[in-house]
Amino acid sequence: MIRTTWPVQTKIMIKVLVVVGLLLGALFAGLPVLWMFASSFKSNTQIFAYPPKLIDSSFSLTAYREVITDPQQRRFFFNSYLISSLVTLSTLFVGIMAGYSFSRYEFRFKNILNIIIIGVQSVPPITLMIPYFGLIVSLKLYNTYWGLILTYMVFTLPYAIIMMTGYFNTLPRDLDEAVMIDGGSSSVILWRILVPISLPGIVSVGVYTFMLAWNEFLFALTLTKTNDMRTVPVGIQLLMGQHSFEWNQMMAMSVLGSLPVLILFLLFQRYFIAGMAAGSVKG
Amino acid sequence: MDNVIITRNEPTFIGLSNYAEILSEDTFHQALEHTLFLATLSVIAHFILGLSFALLLNTNLVSGGVKAIFRVVYILPWVFTASIIAILWRLLLNPNGVVNYLLIEFNLVSQPIEWLSSRQLALYTVTFINIWAGYPFYMVSFLAGLQGIPDDLYEAGKIDGANGPQLFRFITLPQLKPIISSLAVLDFIWTTHQFTLIWMTTGGGPIRATEVLSTYTYKLAFSSYEFSLASTTAMLILLLSSVLAVFYVRNQRLAND
Repeated sequence: MIRTTWPVQTKIMIKVLVVVGLLLGALFAGLPVLWMFASSFKSNTQIFAYPPKLIDSSFSLTAYREVITDPQQRRFFFNSYLISSLVTLSTLFVGIMAGYSFSRYEFRFKNILNIIIIGVQSVPPITLMIPYFGLIVSLKLYNTYWGLILTYMVFTLPYAIIMMTGYFNTLPRDLDEAVMIDGGSSSVILWRILVPISLPGIVSVGVYTFMLAWNEFLFALTLTKTNDMRTVPVGIQLLMGQHSFEWNQMMAMSVLGSLPVLILFLLFQRYFIAGMAAGSVKG
Repeated sequence: MDNVIITRNEPTFIGLSNYAEILSEDTFHQALEHTLFLATLSVIAHFILGLSFALLLNTNLVSGGVKAIFRVVYILPWVFTASIIAILWRLLLNPNGVVNYLLIEFNLVSQPIEWLSSRQLALYTVTFINIWAGYPFYMVSFLAGLQGIPDDLYEAGKIDGANGPQLFRFITLPQLKPIISSLAVLDFIWTTHQFTLIWMTTGGGPIRATEVLSTYTYKLAFSSYEFSLASTTAMLILLLSSVLAVFYVRNQRLAND
């Protein structure tokens, strides 16, 4: 970006400094992750072997096999996939419909509802932990999938509604009118016209929602009790036994537990970074 | 346990006495101090790291493909969820772990250091882990911000005879200012809520050395079953966040005008 007319030697020196900086940064960011990956292929007795090696003689897929074949750990993954998928689908469904009505209709309390939605978004989850615990227990949803799904939607919906309203607002109303003249109802306008056009936006809201649900820890910990209802982030903690730590399995589970998010992130990097940047600049 | 907060059918109004009790607790003061320490240091370090990495990724000196690879590597910490980051750093910082091995090998320390179980170090260690986990958000935002600065400004600056550091100080930083202040406030709010990372690395220990408002609230509710006191601290966290949120909104207004 900065092009200057410095002498060649200075230019080479700056280039060397930049490359060294880039490499140091990569070590800082990447080494811990590499170590996680390497440790997941070791045997548990070799985890703290002296001197430490990235790959040692105990290299095997045993830890992964143990995670995958263990019914309890499989259950953690099943729960995480089920809950995250249902949260994503429900959030998108409600978010699209709410966004549509906020964008296209005038109704009573519209402004107040808007303020509530934005307000809810800025309430820290830890503040809601106790009221939600009470609420979920009295609704008899404690230790159930729906308890978690409904709670997560409280955190995912505001973002989804705000984003969907924004996307629909950018689409001209002439589209709606053209469909109306052809005799289409408002559900035809929404699902046949507006939704297909705003698919990129819907995808990025979906990815965000899935990642939030997949990674959530506090409510997964407080609103479930039995191991068969735990999700991956809480499940990893359960591998920390009282006396022994199954480090290699914890690392294998961490790798497997990060894969969905990593894949989604790599596929939708562009959308995501643009959305994040817009969010931090415009709020 | 499940019913402890819904069996009391007749709640009694006790005014502000819960607040009086919490505000006179030493533990609460410690938790507040730790939270502010963690948040302040994290925000400063996130800013420095995020901006440095963004500047490195924004140079013309390295080809685009190489930069794309570095960008993915730099974003890595952000892809992992807090519980996984916690476990990973417990492995790395274990007394027998690789960090201590390297420090001893390079003669920087003579004995393995108990990073997470020493009362003097635990808070710094947790802060470091939070810094590692959080800078990519800044980096990505700064990258977007840097790419939005028009080249003309730099051209004009150079015609006026400004050197590299001057261009940075008088063009880059002022242009990024709205992003910087939003990020700092958002990050400060988020860090005051940080629960998972601390819960899974130290659990607030050893002996409350890393107790923050969120772990304190959680323990009040689910270890001591003091749900009303926990609600009080939760309300105080909300109050702290709201004050910060007001700054954020005001900032946004200024930026949009």
